[in-house]
Amino acid sequence: MMSPTQWDLPPELCCRPMAFVALTGLDVTYNAIHRAIWDAFCANRRADRVPISFKVLPGDHEYPKCRTKRTSYEWYIPKGILKTGWMNKHLNLVPALVVLFYELDWDDPVWKEKQSECATKVEIVRTSLQGRNTKVAVVLIQKKTPLPPGEDLVASERAASLCNACDLSGKSLFVLPHTDHLVGYIIRLENAFYEHAQTYYYTEIRRVKSHKEFLNKTTHQLLFVRHQFKIAFFSELKQDTQNALKYYRTAYSLVHELRTHETNMLEIKTMAGFTNYKICRLCFQHNTPLDAIAQFRKHIDLCKKKIGSAELAFEHTAWMSKQFQSFGDLFDEAIKLGLTAIQTQNPGFYYQQAAYYAQERKQQAAHMCAHEVRYPTPDPLETLSGALDFYGQRAWRQGHQSIDPPDAEKEKVGIQALQVKEKDVPHSELIIALLSNAVAQFKKYKCPRMKSHLMVQMGEEYYHAKDYTKALKLLDYVMCDYRTERWWSLLTSILGTALRCSYLMAHVKDYITYSMELIGRASTLWEDQKSRIEKNLIKVLMNEVPEAEPDCDPASAKAAQALWSDRVSLAGSNRFTIELLNVGILLQCKARFLSPSFHLDDPVQLHLYLKADCPHPVRFSKLCVSLSNQVLYNQFCVVEESCKSQDILEPLSQENMCLVPGKTRKYSFKFVAKTEDVGKKIEITAVDLMLGTDNGRCVLLNWRGGGGDAASSHEAIQAARSFRSRGRVPEQHAQWDTVSIQASTMIISRVPKISVQLSHKPPALSNEMYCICVSIQSNEKTVAKDVKLTAGLKPGQDANLTQSTQVTLNGLEVCDESHPALLPDIAIGDLQPGEKVEKSLYVCCVTTGPRIFLFHVAYTMTTQAEGTDITCKCHKDETVTIETVVPFDVAMKFVSTKFEHLERVYVDVPFLLMTDILSASPWPLHLVSSQLLLAPTMVALDEPQSQVEHVVLQTGECASECFSLQCPPVLNGTSSVASGQYLISWKRCSSCADAPVVTTVVTLSHVMVETIPLYVHAELPSFGRVRESLPVRYHIQNRTGLVQDVEMSVEPSDAFMFSGLKQVRLRILPGAEHEMLYNFYPLMAGYQNLPLLNISLLRFPTVSGQLLRRFLPSRIFVKPQGRQAEDASIAAA
Amino acid sequence: MAVCIAVIAKENYPLYIRSVPTQNELKFHYTVHTSLDVVEEKISAVGKAMADQRELYLGLLYPTEDYKVYGYVTNSKVKFVIVVDSSNTSLRDNEIRSMFRKLHNSFTDVMCNPFYNPGDTIQSKAFDGMVSAMMVQAS
Repeated sequence: MMSPTQWDLPPELCCRPMAFVALTGLDVTYNAIHRAIWDAFCANRRADRVPISFKVLPGDHEYPKCRTKRTSYEWYIPKGILKTGWMNKHLNLVPALVVLFYELDWDDPVWKEKQSECATKVEIVRTSLQGRNTKVAVVLIQKKTPLPPGEDLVASERAASLCNACDLSGKSLFVLPHTDHLVGYIIRLENAFYEHAQTYYYTEIRRVKSHKEFLNKTTHQLLFVRHQFKIAFFSELKQDTQNALKYYRTAYSLVHELRTHETNMLEIKTMAGFTNYKICRLCFQHNTPLDAIAQFRKHIDLCKKKIGSAELAFEHTAWMSKQFQSFGDLFDEAIKLGLTAIQTQNPGFYYQQAAYYAQERKQQAAHMCAHEVRYPTPDPLETLSGALDFYGQRAWRQGHQSIDPPDAEKEKVGIQALQVKEKDVPHSELIIALLSNAVAQFKKYKCPRMKSHLMVQMGEEYYHAKDYTKALKLLDYVMCDYRTERWWSLLTSILGTALRCSYLMAHVKDYITYSMELIGRASTLWEDQKSRIEKNLIKVLMNEVPEAEPDCDPASAKAAQALWSDRVSLAGSNRFTIELLNVGILLQCKARFLSPSFHLDDPVQLHLYLKADCPHPVRFSKLCVSLSNQVLYNQFCVVEESCKSQDILEPLSQENMCLVPGKTRKYSFKFVAKTEDVGKKIEITAVDLMLGTDNGRCVLLNWRGGGGDAASSHEAIQAARSFRSRGRVPEQHAQWDTVSIQASTMIISRVPKISVQLSHKPPALSNEMYCICVSIQSNEKTVAKDVKLTAGLKPGQDANLTQSTQVTLNGLEVCDESHPALLPDIAIGDLQPGEKVEKSLYVCCVTTGPRIFLFHVAYTMTTQAEGTDITCKCHKDETVTIETVVPFDVAMKFVSTKFEHLERVYVDVPFLLMTDILSASPWPLHLVSSQLLLAPTMVALDEPQSQVEHVVLQTGECASECFSLQCPPVLNGTSSVASGQYLISWKRCSSCADAPVVTTVVTLSHVMVETIPLYVHAELPSFGRVRESLPVRYHIQNRTGLVQDVEMSVEPSDAFMFSGLKQVRLRILPGAEHEMLYNFYPLMAGYQNLPLLNISLLRFPTVSGQLLRRFLPSRIFVKPQGRQAEDASIAAA
Repeated sequence: MAVCIAVIAKENYPLYIRSVPTQNELKFHYTVHTSLDVVEEKISAVGKAMADQRELYLGLLYPTEDYKVYGYVTNSKVKFVIVVDSSNTSLRDNEIRSMFRKLHNSFTDVMCNPFYNPGDTIQSKAFDGMVSAMMVQAS
């Protein structure tokens, strides 16, 4: 709907200049081939094609006449800077190249005639372009595909003759075969055209440049600008943007060198604006945005103060606004083409500034065009052609360049006409459009606050434009941002506008809401304003017409009064619900449960605090608190009083329903929770307060949750920090800020009055039946019914514990795996007040480690709260951690008959098994008996009997047993054999007599058994004496089924002399034994090594003397020679 | 000299705001409020790790036709904003920095007052006097 205005930049300035090429001789309407050629030229012009704008013109088209060239500028006085038609002329009217299309094949039968016809057509075009440097080219449209160049002699000959006839250079004649590859040919053609066009613009630039020498600086200042601009524009047409930029820059500085006065200010600014636009545009195109911004800043700084005629100051602001807007557009366009903008440098700022100037323009217009003047006749803005000759001039004095206006009267009328015209400009519309552009930009560049600010401005502009609905919508949208940021000064200002909007629309609900918020504490209005608004609010509540808001347009206010009166007479729709989510209004509300949890038998207590921030007392008619999950409770949380509507005016401050400004009022509610709500949360979903009455207007204020608003949570924190909060405030007048909202509470079960005591003797010993005695005593005043005990392993521990723990009530037998880890709901029956019950629980823990046991006693009982009987389910939990330890450690070892430690045992050689039972229990243990269960691979040498029967072990004591055993022969030489099991039966000493005996089974370790072919044992006295004979007898036993050859030798020793066979070879029959006797004669006292006996078996070289020597003693104690030598020798014998 | 000086709390609500009385107060409130966009962005642009070494002075926040807005953020995220007339070219970066330093010192004094509750609006006379000294004197 917005038509281009005087201030919009002309489209020929804003477009990208492209070489203009005219195509003639094409009949695109009726000739299909021509149509196809034209389409190929103009369709799909993407960036990779050369920048040419094509136009089809008839062969006899009249091009603009070229004026006769001036030979001297001596007496010439220019009338303006740039003609309005110039740019368009070179973009769309004067071609750089005219191309004549002509259908002619090289072998055309009537070649001569066609050639001359073509020459004529060329001539017509040339005549029409008289005086211009425009090139002419001919394209022959041919049906046949041409031969490669040089092969077709006829073609080259005829081409030369055609060129001659048409006076064309060979470079200007083209052939276009109409074949499959049309587009390819066309692209080659247009590249050639482009070259021609560039030459044309080059010569044009030279031509303009050549004028320069004729100019002088005094009279031709305007021409300097004009020429530079033209050169730059031609450079652009030539696509030489670098030079174009250079010339535009010179043109720009020349513009500012012009002498300025009131009459030519507009022209200078217009041209400066144009040139600036071009410079910025090219800078963005060259990807040097900073240059563009710098140029624009310079431009604005230079032009800011060039206001021109004071009566037309709005023109300057309009122009300024446009400058910013078009720069914003350029910037935005560059961004769309890939430029990146940042938060502090984006098009939004330029749109914002444009909007700012537009606002200023509006104010100036309102100020300057206020007087009632009729549009002058005849119209001073009318010109003969309907348009201006030069950019930026006045219609009533075109071409005038001297300092003073030619006709003061005309000037006055002209200005008047402009002022009248300005009145009709839709200023608000312009401002809003610019603001919304800016909003879109700031949204993109993460400036939420700037966006809000601009939206406020938009809203205010809509308000001025009397579009209140849109204004309210925008203002309402941003209000909550300012509310959450707590910028009350800004919020108040916005609310003020919103209130006026809603007043002017007679929008009751909005009016009430905004008034309430403006009266509230968040508003920064003065008391008297608040008081005025509150009085209006009371009027509205009484269904009367409120006073008009100040600062309202009187006419609109009058209309609004009428609207309000209609509202008043209208029946119904007088009930409004206002949801207050974070909105602070004239009343503040805080609700809190007194405790975050209540026991079922305690009444739930809820306090509701109300405080009025308004200048006058407020009276309400109903107050109710809505709670979650139960509609049942809501009836307890209502304060209601039927009041007549006239009471609102003079409320009595001592009344319950009346709130005095600044005073906090507390309402207490109390109710008993339902049994089924145990474990549930009760939440305050809403607080509703009714202002007014049902028969007048009534407003239901609805606080979500426990009340509060945008400021209150912060205030609560501040109050908590404050030094003032430390006491001093009497409980009754609790300081408002210190009240914190507690919008939910838990209902928990009643505290049980029952005691559960456990007695036991930790730690538990593994596998024993550990007894825990539970005693339950009721301290209730009434009967505890249906008492149930759940006892055992507390659920939720390691799963393995469940497997290794068994619980039973029967302590007489040992548990097995069929018993559970937890015994649920053991019925105990009813307990009278004070009655005590005991239960024994037996626990068998297979593995060691800590376990948590749970004893859960549940019962029901009836009690009274607030005069009603309630059935309560109570329960008490008791947990205990019990450690399980092993009762004793069992160690065992194999020893030889000499109590020497054995690594391995030998077949048929007796040995001993020793067991040690070391008590690890802190409590004394009674070992009932022990038993050895031998594996078949071992036999006892005598009947093994328990040696520890009925032994009591204290902590740390050890009981040992010894068994004599032997291994029967094994199959192969050596093998590891099982020994059997060792059973120990025990119980705690402290346990009662009939407690079961626990049997602990210890598996004995395996042992290596080895078969030996030869067994040697020595027979010798226990000690020797120096120089007394010491007889030693060696028994050598053959344990194989074969005759054995044995070689024996005794090595000499320093300590002994001996007699006997020193070296002997003998043969021992299977199973037989050989005896060797030696007489040793000790020479030294002390422990002495016996002479070594070497035995080697010829059949078993593996059985070394080393092995056999193990059966023999290696040394003997030799006593020194005593005085009673006789006695000693007797003993030795 | 400044035309508007503001102290903004960590949560972005004003603790103190004062502008030259000759001009529209509301406009300055809006200017300060919108400048918080840039402040927030600048603070968040500095990585968490670098937060310790961050310079408190944020420099020129954004230029408008008429005013230059400068920002400063204390380590406790309290923001100071100074608005200067664009035509006032005598004020260099160094002068602005020293103004912020003074402001910061004075603010620290306010915070040290045991009777001042952090988060409350500033009503100190000393602070007021110091700000007045930095403001353009209304003639």
